[in-house]
Amino acid sequence: MKKVYADEKWCLGCGLCKVYCRTSHSQTLDIIKAHKLESPRPVERLHIETGDKVNFALQCRHCDDPKCVQACITGAMQKDPETGLVLNETERCVGCWTCVLACPFGAIVRDEGSKKVAAKCDLCAAMGEPECVKHCPNNALKYEDRGESL
Amino acid sequence: MKYVIIGNSAAAVGCIEGLRKCDKSGSITVISDETHHVYSRPLISYYLAGKVKPDNMVYRHKDFYEKNNVTTMFGRKAVSIDPKAKKVALDNGKSVAYDKLLIATGSSPFVPPTQGLKDQSNVFTFLKYDDALGIEKLINPQSRVVVVGAGLIGLKAAEGLAPVTGGVDVIELAPRVLPMILDEQAAAPVQKRLEENGITFHLGITAEKVVGDKKVEKVILKDGTELPCDVLVMGVGVRPNVAEAKAAGVEVNRGIIVDDAMRTNVKDIYAAGDVTEGVDLITGERKIMALWPNAYAQGRAAAYDMCGSKDDFDGVFPMNAVGFFGLSMITAGIQGGDGIEVLVKRNEQTGATRRFFVKDDKLVGMILVGDVDRAGIYTYLISEKIPLSSLDKALTDDNFGLNALGYEKMKERISS
Repeated sequence: MKKVYADEKWCLGCGLCKVYCRTSHSQTLDIIKAHKLESPRPVERLHIETGDKVNFALQCRHCDDPKCVQACITGAMQKDPETGLVLNETERCVGCWTCVLACPFGAIVRDEGSKKVAAKCDLCAAMGEPECVKHCPNNALKYEDRGESL
Repeated sequence: MKYVIIGNSAAAVGCIEGLRKCDKSGSITVISDETHHVYSRPLISYYLAGKVKPDNMVYRHKDFYEKNNVTTMFGRKAVSIDPKAKKVALDNGKSVAYDKLLIATGSSPFVPPTQGLKDQSNVFTFLKYDDALGIEKLINPQSRVVVVGAGLIGLKAAEGLAPVTGGVDVIELAPRVLPMILDEQAAAPVQKRLEENGITFHLGITAEKVVGDKKVEKVILKDGTELPCDVLVMGVGVRPNVAEAKAAGVEVNRGIIVDDAMRTNVKDIYAAGDVTEGVDLITGERKIMALWPNAYAQGRAAAYDMCGSKDDFDGVFPMNAVGFFGLSMITAGIQGGDGIEVLVKRNEQTGATRRFFVKDDKLVGMILVGDVDRAGIYTYLISEKIPLSSLDKALTDDNFGLNALGYEKMKERISS
């Protein structure tokens, strides 16, 4: 399946991916309103790790056999057998954070804006191409199929 | 191939989903003495608090059995297993034949003998949906609730009931809350948060007796304290449901003894979930690890062995993510003992604390209270037994992440 891959050699650690991720998961889909007006404030679904030399952005790996799905106590976290996407049905999620405990990448984010729910990368499923990739200024994020199974 | 599963909870679902990955055509029959579509047991406290609606109690969608071509026998109890004839006898006199059997019968609440306690109408345990539905009928905003036990079950009951009743008293023999998963230091802020939300604790003490004939009207503690009681919840602990397995010659200690593929000593009989005693990946000790994710993983491991396919089941160790009134905590592994070094990271502003338990250059346990972000990276270090001396960063570093694994390993992880 197509996933987002970070190329740490090019990552500036600038955080634009975060900004666009938040925007694409906001109510208004507007960069300014999403950050200045929306309440609750939308959360980004990626982590940026920064260091002296190496930076990278990390999203859900949409694992073949996701530990978060196995661990989920409500059944909200599921892997779509058709698309391979790991998605959280937020109506069924109670924010217990068992997925946070289970994910070996630390890729799941807490969204405590209104109802507590686990937030995660959905590859901007509704928008075609992930916004983090589209707006990366240095091509440090690639959206491609590296031949992994769903 | 005929697969039969006794039980209908996390381990059963793990088994069904595992089987349907490797055997699309074999018949699967699920026998359960409950009548509900598979539901999430940990949600019963959320249900009582009004945070989860009945439709969202389901652990899998309503079409789950149909989609997976599973025959269900609900409201039926499996009364005996005949391993020679390979049949399970039901309480209606009928029997079901199997080629491979999974015992996923879970556990039952243990109710300590207490003077005056019999089958009063307002006494409940807290494990099943029906327990919550029964309690729901008896409570109103003035009700006084007494919970015996400040473990996960007791405290979850207390958390669910406090907002919708007139107050909850919790009685616990141990000197602190959650004695099985938290040490004193971690238990204190959790207790405080619960107290701020209408829960009163009576720690280091037990109930002397309960008073009331048809209904328990009050609970009297050993020190003479009297607690008014409209609903009594016994949440002391659970015991594995092993009777039928034992009678069939399956080896049982406290739970059913299983190997790493969930096989019992009897051919073609497997066991998974709360009913089993498995090996703790960290300590190597055999113990009951009655935890939802473990049950699912074990059920699936059993399924893969049943149909001869490989699983990367890497074993289990105790781990919990749990929260009370917005205070989140994550615990895993072991939290103390000989030769264990403790590393502490505390945020003075928020009070959030992370403690790491290290032995022989390996992370063997953690308690994170109030700050659980990216905890899974530590879980990974524990389960993979990664030498801490190979890391580029200290566990307590502010920027601890995959970057701590070193460049090559990090690169491999983020390219997966």
